[in-house]
Amino acid sequence: MKKDKRDYKLLFELFLAFFKISPITFGGGFAMIPIMEDVMVEKKKWLEKEKLVDIFAVSQSIPGAIAVNSATFVGYQIAGIPGALAALVGIVLPTFGIILVLGVLLASFQHNIHVQAALEGIRPVVVALIGSAAYKMSRVSIVDKTSLAIFVVCLASLLVFKSLNLILVIFLGAMVGISISKVTKTLKQTVSVSQKKVSSEKL
Amino acid sequence: MMMYVDLFITFFKLGLVSFGGGYAMIPLIQKEMEVHHWLNMSTFTDLIAVSAMAPGPIATNTATIVGYKIIGYSGAVVACIAVTLPSVLLILVIGKLFFKYQDHPLVKAAFYGLRPTIIGVIAYAAIKFAISNGIIGGSNFIDIKSSILLVVAFIMLIKTKFHPAYLILISGLIGIVIF
Repeated sequence: MKKDKRDYKLLFELFLAFFKISPITFGGGFAMIPIMEDVMVEKKKWLEKEKLVDIFAVSQSIPGAIAVNSATFVGYQIAGIPGALAALVGIVLPTFGIILVLGVLLASFQHNIHVQAALEGIRPVVVALIGSAAYKMSRVSIVDKTSLAIFVVCLASLLVFKSLNLILVIFLGAMVGISISKVTKTLKQTVSVSQKKVSSEKL
Repeated sequence: MMMYVDLFITFFKLGLVSFGGGYAMIPLIQKEMEVHHWLNMSTFTDLIAVSAMAPGPIATNTATIVGYKIIGYSGAVVACIAVTLPSVLLILVIGKLFFKYQDHPLVKAAFYGLRPTIIGVIAYAAIKFAISNGIIGGSNFIDIKSSILLVVAFIMLIKTKFHPAYLILISGLIGIVIF
């Protein structure tokens, strides 16, 4: 009985911690990292820093929003499946409310001429925002000539063949990565074998 | 009812393949909007602006506001749940395996190819948004005012730590003055 109470208290604390972090994280997942470290590691001492770093790494490699993924992971790590759900609801609920209010406001004012003019000024900035996201992510994603080639081929084919299925393109990208690593591995092996032959012939 | 099922399936699918977070999801959502004839490009661009300005993940923000725009409040709930569900299920069901296999050569190789592909998809989205909002390739070929805003914003975003939310607000004010 006593244990149950403590469990609920922990779950509520988890929920509350993420409920408070969520509305102050502008700009998505990466903006959340230092705040989460401060709360989870320093203040609450729920988990070690290394574990949190691992969680962020894994959260980036599974699909979905990085902020939501890492919150769910942290909750899972601390209190199992109930913990994951508590953290998830905590991180999603506040921003869900905020974006809904903004959506309602936009819907009611979008025909106002000043709002229309403002939106016309904002649209190019949205394009810049998307472009800058690509640029920033490219610095860790496009690391050599091969990955640059994958990027160029992908972009060019999307521009030329307008009806390409994006999900298929993403899947193909992963397949290309695997095939390239297989090919380079075989090449390396052949090279080392032929080098061995050469050296043994010399002997 | 069919509309809800459609919305749910669409965003569930998007949640499942959106490697790389929110910005990677934008082109995918855009494509779905086109296929389903749910939203036109300029409306969708405005919704992204709101999503980027608000706190929280771009992915869930965009899903929520798009769902609201299409069906209303219940649409917002459906889209938000549908887009978060795949990754949450993945974490709950095979969460522990991720730590074990994230350094596996096969996983690393897949991501080596996946990452530049995602960049290609996002870059494509930027170009497509510029075209469909009439910034380039429109009646004047290049819309001077919008293009200047675009270039200045891009430079500020990559060279300074200026916050995107402020940038959106300021460009809105500039828009009121010049358009």
